[in-house]
Amino acid sequence: MQSKKTSIDVSHIAKLASLPLTKEEEELFSKQLSSTLSYVQQLGEVDTKNVEPTAQVTGLMNVFREDSIVPGLSQEEALKNAPGQHNGFFKVDSIF
Amino acid sequence: MTNTYEPVIGLEVHVELKTNSKMFCGCPADHFGKIPNTQTCPVCLGLPGALPVPNKRAIDWCIKLGLALNCTIPKESKFDRKNYFYPDLAKGYQISQYDKPLCVNGWMQINERKIRIRRVHQEEDTGKLQHTIVNNERLTLVDFNRCGVPLVEIVTDPDFHTIDEVDQYVKKLQRIIRYLDISNADMEKGSMRLEPSISVRPVGIVALPNYRVELKNINSFRFVRKAIEYEINRQSEMLDKKETIVQQTRGWNESKNVTLLQREKEEAHDYRYFPEPDIPPMQFTDEFVGSIRKQIPELPDEKKQRLMEKYTVSEATAEILTQSIPLADYFEQMVAMSHISATVLANALVNQSVDIQHVRPEEFLDLINKKQQEKHVDSGLVMIAIETVLTSNLKAVEDYKKGKTTVLMYLVGMVKRELKGKGDATIIEQELKKRLV
Amino acid sequence: MTIKDAIHALQTKKFSSKELVQGCLDQIQKYDNHLHAFLTVDDKNALSGAENADSLLHQGIKKPLLGIPIALKDLFSTNQLRTTAGSKIIDNYIPPFDASVVTKLKDAGAIVIGKTNEDAWGHGSSGENTDYEPTRNPYDTTRVPGGSSSGAAVAVAAGMSLAGTGTDTGSSVRLPAAFCNLVGIKPTYGRVSRYGILSMASSFDTIGHMTKTVYDNALLSEVTAGFDTKDATTVDVPVPSYTQALGNKVRGIRIGIPKEYFEAQGMQKEIQETIQAAMKDFESLGIQFKEISLPHTSYAMACYYILVPSEVSSNLARYDGVRFGHSRNQFGAEAKRRIMLGTHALSAGYYDAFYKKAAQVRTCIKNDFEEAFKQVDVMMMPSSPTIPFKIGEKTSDPLSMYLSDIFLCPVNIAGIPGLSVPCGFVGTLPVGIQIVGPQFSEEQLYVLADAYEKINTWYTQVPNMKAI
Repeated sequence: MQSKKTSIDVSHIAKLASLPLTKEEEELFSKQLSSTLSYVQQLGEVDTKNVEPTAQVTGLMNVFREDSIVPGLSQEEALKNAPGQHNGFFKVDSIF
Repeated sequence: MTNTYEPVIGLEVHVELKTNSKMFCGCPADHFGKIPNTQTCPVCLGLPGALPVPNKRAIDWCIKLGLALNCTIPKESKFDRKNYFYPDLAKGYQISQYDKPLCVNGWMQINERKIRIRRVHQEEDTGKLQHTIVNNERLTLVDFNRCGVPLVEIVTDPDFHTIDEVDQYVKKLQRIIRYLDISNADMEKGSMRLEPSISVRPVGIVALPNYRVELKNINSFRFVRKAIEYEINRQSEMLDKKETIVQQTRGWNESKNVTLLQREKEEAHDYRYFPEPDIPPMQFTDEFVGSIRKQIPELPDEKKQRLMEKYTVSEATAEILTQSIPLADYFEQMVAMSHISATVLANALVNQSVDIQHVRPEEFLDLINKKQQEKHVDSGLVMIAIETVLTSNLKAVEDYKKGKTTVLMYLVGMVKRELKGKGDATIIEQELKKRLV
Repeated sequence: MTIKDAIHALQTKKFSSKELVQGCLDQIQKYDNHLHAFLTVDDKNALSGAENADSLLHQGIKKPLLGIPIALKDLFSTNQLRTTAGSKIIDNYIPPFDASVVTKLKDAGAIVIGKTNEDAWGHGSSGENTDYEPTRNPYDTTRVPGGSSSGAAVAVAAGMSLAGTGTDTGSSVRLPAAFCNLVGIKPTYGRVSRYGILSMASSFDTIGHMTKTVYDNALLSEVTAGFDTKDATTVDVPVPSYTQALGNKVRGIRIGIPKEYFEAQGMQKEIQETIQAAMKDFESLGIQFKEISLPHTSYAMACYYILVPSEVSSNLARYDGVRFGHSRNQFGAEAKRRIMLGTHALSAGYYDAFYKKAAQVRTCIKNDFEEAFKQVDVMMMPSSPTIPFKIGEKTSDPLSMYLSDIFLCPVNIAGIPGLSVPCGFVGTLPVGIQIVGPQFSEEQLYVLADAYEKINTWYTQVPNMKAI
């Protein structure tokens, strides 16, 4: 259990996170992340039986907006920062 | 095709809601056929710093659909982030619902069977990808007009055993959705999408198979049927050969009429769901749910039953009349306004195409009355015509008396010809029967 | 110069907004090559904005910040003005809209001088995690100014602007404020709109600012605070007139001293001494101190370093090079670390042990504060366990860098407000003290801080610019 919790499969996680890493980065991060994971392990000491997890500190509930149309961006504004564009579309390297 | 296996089918349906605006921003939700990337804003384009605010009407409508499908509406619900990477997913996550969906544990009656509906939940649509070749270069193009449009997902348990059941479910679901007026539920335009999951098991086994094959990106129900059929055969053959079937996603190839493994990573996605921190959770009172329930009109099954009972129309006729609420209302309005029998009016509506949006019920009634009058003929003349036809068609009479009852329609036709098209076929038929006893 | 003084001077026509803004630009020109506080200086628009402000001033038009130059942390979206988050991955991103807070500041008449340097994406406590040249502390340029709102703090401390905005997710306004002799506010979560501010950790991020004095800080809060329909996590609570409240009596206010903070390892002796001296001054105002306990304090960092990277890993997913920015391999090392840590904490098989557990501990920490606030009105603790450390001192060990937030991040976990104010020097290096209150108690914090400021002159000790 100890080793499961403090080690991290860096190459699997990097793939999940779509982060291309070099071999050197993988090694370095593996060490650094292990050390952080060891540190955070201590949370296991806290008795959290019947404690609700906090997702929202405000206590707010039921926040909605009305179904009305609000002016947005023009096509030009939308595409302005695009690294690649073609005929009004965003262009990306072909993926199949 | 072996018949030692039975199919086990579940269905996921996505429906685009026809709200004015998108799920989490004020861009127009009606995106079909619009110039690319002209209906976006920082929120749906996933620009840095933009934040989502949920569309109240979309949530009301999702709950309305859940109630119409006999779901329970839990007191608490929330949005969650579903994290994965794809070019049409602007934020790199989809705001959806994971463990506290808006509606749970519903069902739909299909003939004798109850199809269990596990959940009905709210999420947002992605943008649209297009693959094209420009100057010999393969390109992928993205349009975000659709990104953020409200989507309702309806998931059944794997309760279907035949394609016909799936067919009936889909048609009924579509009808209910249109009755509620929350979506056009149009497969061709993509406002309703089907994702069946298919596995097979030996007949007699009760346990669910340990795999399922999902079919995606099929945009007509005709092809969905074909794909399901094909899959059932394919899987049955594989099991016959004792091959293992791997959990996977497949699409339908229209030209080859086969299902094909989709070219996606086959690793199971780890979506890393967690509660959406930018949107506070939701809590629903009984009063609120009651107020949504009140908005539900008479649903197709109820209406069909009532029309059959009240107007003594056949089930087939009632099925057609309840295609849509406007059509059923039109029928009932006509009946209320006229002395003509409901069955005659129903037949007229069913057999003649009338544009019910532009021809008022009174006007259509007028038309029917006129036709009836044109048909009207003195009963004496009818009797004379009948005698004429009977004397000149002795063989037919003999055949009828021998039991060949189909001849009757021929004789009715002959009488009408004699009367130069006038006369009511039903009455002529009745009189002929009397004479031929 | 303070904003209060500048407003008076502008109204009495001692100088014009254009001169004031030009003065800031000159200061940037002179010193920023050494200090690296700014990533983008919008001089043309700043000057034309100042001219416009001058004409409004002439017409006698009143706006809370009319003609006052401010610097915005580069996490704030500014319409048509480059916004980088301190990162190379969006070094060319031009937002097509203003963040809600930016709109409010502009509507109040403020002049945006430029966008300031920061730890990329807010990931850091020293300013050294910027993808650009790290900002230097003007009090000692071999030392860090604190982060992540490093550039904004230095812009104010070095006279390049009269206010600097920032975000505070774990420490990022209060720590640089403490290291640069400024007043820094981390408001209640939900007090100020996050719309248009590049998200780091959505349930922790707050929008604050740094100024020389308490009055200045309170004035800016009056402008930035408030409900926003574009941010579903803002609370619809009226914004008090913080500046009007200053001068209210403080005698009898009960200040809690969390014993776990003062027993903490790693607090430098000099810091301890400076804080004790400051507390004596507070006592002279008629304040009562009471020891309280926040039992889960030692778990706060661990809780923080699971929840924050988890939200970060998701919030940074939109940087995929499709609609803006470059490809993901251009994230800096710290960003990559946090993304991976967060992805791991949320992944299948680890979610319950990490994310869910941390979210439960968060509840425990929040409850600690709520319990304590039944006995006291506010709490007090050091803003930092150490003096501003040397550049490079902590960069090889990310974990030790994380621990500099130890007095600050529990406040973000609980979502309550914290205000850091100057309370002394160790040699020439500033020390800050932090006042923390229950949700929406900013007014109380300002009143107390202002009373303290009136009996000392810390804020007048500016850096020796000649040494830069």
